[in-house]
Amino acid sequence: MSVSDRLDVRKTYKLYIGGAFPRSESGRTYEAFDAKGTFLANVARASRKDARDAVSAARKAFAGWSGATPYNRGQVLYRVAEMLEGRREQFIAEVMAGEGLRRSGAGDVVDRAIDRWVWYAGWADKIAQVHGSANAVAGPYFDFSLPEPTGIVATIAPQESSLFGLVSVLAPVIVTGNTAVVVTSYSRPLPAMTLAEVLATSDVPGGVVNVLTGDSTEVGPWLASHMDVNGIDLAGVSDPDLATALEEAAADNLKRVLRPGLPAWDVADPGIHRMTPFLETKTVWHPIGV
Amino acid sequence: MSTSVAGVDDVTASEPSLRRFLAGLPGVDQVGAEARAATLATRSIKTTAKQQALDTAISMIDLTTLEGQDTPGKVRALSAKAMRPDPTDSSCPSAAAVCVYPDLVSAAASTVAGSGVLVASVATAFPSGRAALDVKLADTRDAIEAGADEIDMVIDRGAFLTGRYSQVHDEIVTIKAACGRPGREPAHLKVILETGELATYDNVRRASWLAMLAGADFIKTSTGKISPAATLPVALVMLEAVRDFRLATGRMVGVKPAGGIRSAKDAIRHLVVVNEVAGPEWLSSRWFRFGASSLLNDLLLQRTRMLTGRYSGPDYVTLD
Amino acid sequence: MFEYAPAPESRSIVDIASSYGLFIGGEFVDTRDGHTFKTISPASEEVLAEVTEAGPADVDAAVAAARRAYDRVWSKTPGRERAKYLYRIARILAERSREFAVLETLDNGKPIRESRDVDVPLASAWFFYYAGWADKLAYAGLGSDPQPVGVAGQIIPWNFPLMMLAWKIAPALAAGNTVVLKPAETTPLTALLFASVCQQAELPPGVVNIVTGAGATGQALVAHPDVDKIAFTGSTEVGKAIARAVAGTDTKVTLELGGKAANVIFDDAPVDQAVEGIVNGIFFNQGHVCCAGSRLLVQESVYDEVLERLKRRMATLRLGDPMDKNTDVGAINSREQLTRIRELSEVGDAEGAQRWSAACELPEHGFWFPPTIFTGVTQAHRIAREEIFGPVLSILTFRTPAEAVEKANNTPYGLSAGVWTEKGSRILWMADRLRAGVVWANTFNRFDPTSPFGGYKESGHGREGGRHGLEAYLR
Repeated sequence: MSVSDRLDVRKTYKLYIGGAFPRSESGRTYEAFDAKGTFLANVARASRKDARDAVSAARKAFAGWSGATPYNRGQVLYRVAEMLEGRREQFIAEVMAGEGLRRSGAGDVVDRAIDRWVWYAGWADKIAQVHGSANAVAGPYFDFSLPEPTGIVATIAPQESSLFGLVSVLAPVIVTGNTAVVVTSYSRPLPAMTLAEVLATSDVPGGVVNVLTGDSTEVGPWLASHMDVNGIDLAGVSDPDLATALEEAAADNLKRVLRPGLPAWDVADPGIHRMTPFLETKTVWHPIGV
Repeated sequence: MSTSVAGVDDVTASEPSLRRFLAGLPGVDQVGAEARAATLATRSIKTTAKQQALDTAISMIDLTTLEGQDTPGKVRALSAKAMRPDPTDSSCPSAAAVCVYPDLVSAAASTVAGSGVLVASVATAFPSGRAALDVKLADTRDAIEAGADEIDMVIDRGAFLTGRYSQVHDEIVTIKAACGRPGREPAHLKVILETGELATYDNVRRASWLAMLAGADFIKTSTGKISPAATLPVALVMLEAVRDFRLATGRMVGVKPAGGIRSAKDAIRHLVVVNEVAGPEWLSSRWFRFGASSLLNDLLLQRTRMLTGRYSGPDYVTLD
Repeated sequence: MFEYAPAPESRSIVDIASSYGLFIGGEFVDTRDGHTFKTISPASEEVLAEVTEAGPADVDAAVAAARRAYDRVWSKTPGRERAKYLYRIARILAERSREFAVLETLDNGKPIRESRDVDVPLASAWFFYYAGWADKLAYAGLGSDPQPVGVAGQIIPWNFPLMMLAWKIAPALAAGNTVVLKPAETTPLTALLFASVCQQAELPPGVVNIVTGAGATGQALVAHPDVDKIAFTGSTEVGKAIARAVAGTDTKVTLELGGKAANVIFDDAPVDQAVEGIVNGIFFNQGHVCCAGSRLLVQESVYDEVLERLKRRMATLRLGDPMDKNTDVGAINSREQLTRIRELSEVGDAEGAQRWSAACELPEHGFWFPPTIFTGVTQAHRIAREEIFGPVLSILTFRTPAEAVEKANNTPYGLSAGVWTEKGSRILWMADRLRAGVVWANTFNRFDPTSPFGGYKESGHGREGGRHGLEAYLR
């Protein structure tokens, strides 16, 4: 470096819990490298207690987020897409570094991620129209079924696709009113933290999305066994034994479980299959009479 | 849906008749009531109307301190503020009353004597109301003897929520009887419903009628110790109740939202609801009050803004 | 007495040009064979602008532009990208909401409170909602690969000019159609301002074309052989003429026409909210609402009480300058409409109904009619059968729920109905039997982009809003 060069002001990477950016309570970090093995940043390594804090933040946010009108949720999520677009260059740089893509490839990934977010934002006020029903029961009753969010969903984000994969598993969880605790890609965590900054500066209430960087084999079991977590998405778990163990732990309070790889998120039209597993259907009966 | 009262005595004669009457009051649709309040909140009160509203609101304030840390000194300072809210402007109206705990009534009364500012005292084991009737009565008498012009009593919300309406009614009647002052008209009785604990607008309407049937001079929303305290829809429902009660009985009852009204804007919204729901007859301190403390300074800041054409700051109003 | 000082909204936010051309192919163009006419503010009779009355050649050019845009661009634009255009439009409408509200109130006469709090926000919400459908058409329950119809000709009324534009354009574009829209003769200005929104959104030229004019312009659009779909909102009379005009052709049609809605008040209704619902039902937008609750059916046991409360409430309605933020009732949209309201009210008098109006001073200039009720009305009265489309309420009574249903349905119309009762099962029983496309229970005049709206019988066919609203624009 020559004397006249300006030195970068580097960013400290932290967790995103309850709308704030704390360091890991454990004080631990790990090194993230780019695809060529060059040091990128020291990243917070989330602990069991960070996971616990994230779950309680998600629980606190659930009433407000699930109680917001779908129109409002749609507006808020679309706002996120606007902010994502504003950070497009930063995301491209991070995806290039982390995933080893060329600029055009990274640009394509970022565009797909933004478009995917927009696609899900549009579902906020439509999922009930597609997945709800008026039921023609044989009797003098008005009977209808409506989807409602299941609660807190823990998500182990895809490990390879650090932005598009993350968006593809996170957006369908929160658009319907769930709150989320996400464990990011371990080796490529930077786009997730930039996404957290986007969320923090859009209108998404704190606690709706909580982002933990770190080792999903360490944090995952605590989330899977947590009795106040209602669903778990194992998208980013590559070890089949771990996936089985997490699914077994999730059975303790009958969490809704998405197994690794299914339903596919890396497709052009993901359908509604990543939303419906984390929806409860509520059926209401009401008599019809004078 | 009828709100006509054949005879107040018939209604309150027994628990079943009281229950029947209250259950027969028209329901309040929550969404509709809140939408109406929200629409009225969009009224735009500007220029001369705003000046008038600010002065009216100041004159309706029961300037209140109800803290464990209250002292005679604090109450005397508050009383001085009630008499002359803006020491630099003699055209500024005084507040309606100061509102304090019974043991501080004498400090307030000696300060405001002769000024026209009244002394209101909370009583009946405020704020919870959880005490024997004897204690509540003694509490009330203490306040009266110390010079209170108005008594702000709390109802027994536990009794109301379990449906012991006669008990609530009779307690109000008993306290009302204790408000007598020899040689003077009785102290005014304000009945605090604590709407934040009643949970539904249907209950707010029923409790309003119950209090009015028992002889309340005012119905008041809240103690200020429970959240939510006064809200615009609650005030709307209570103003509908006093309007309907007058149509049914000919007697006018006042309304006092208390707690949570901190801005001039909020106060003006309440005045709009008074104006359009109960009617302009209620727009005086005789029939409408604000139970508040910090509201007064915001009204004064807005008032200065209107008079000087520039925004003032907290350094230019007195803190007591 | 608490008199509210005037609180007029400033009109300086909106620039009105002295004259407007037609918006064809993405730009404003001069007429080929049309004329000009003046659009006025009904509250003051002040001339706002000169507007083009498009002739047949203009309509032809607009349809050609729409066809070109459909063939070359829009039908090949993926849903994902169409969605983004619609999101842009939704956002721009929200950003420029005050401008639109002021212009709407000036041109239409409706209170600024309504254009600000209802018309413009709903217009934006409509685009936002249908934006989300553009890339999800396969999920709308209308087939796995639904296709757009092509070029849609859309004719909208003067009562909610911008909102009706949004109801028409948003689903059409989401489904992949291009449009030629004709706003009403008396209220063209917000549609013309919307053209600038299309430009700001960089919508491909020709996807939206706006031709102003009167009945003849509309007829030219309906009769145009290259229009694949006609969507019309307006009078039943014109709706029938359109249905005749397209008979035997391949043109798809949806019609949203008149109404004479019953608003039914039972004795256990939440009475204060019911009174608000009655007032909102008939005096919202001066009663210029096709789904207005213009027939009040009150259960006899509470008739006196409801009437007394209604009159007391009507006395607090504030009629006057629509630009005043405290105005509840604005101006009648046109001299022609005022004449019709007066004539039908006089028929009410002549037929023996009793007229009562809230005491209010009517402004000297402009077109005004006070909020009015008629009591002693029966099903035989013309004011109980014909759409007045003004602030005039006919009050009838009933004794039993069955009688309420019978009277409510005893009309050629079937757009909407209201039911007021605290009893849930009775709401559903009534809803089952009412022959109306929208039934409001313990509320009235609610609209939402997710909620299908449209009529039974002579109130038209087809639905706007919701998943169902896409059906009109897909095949």
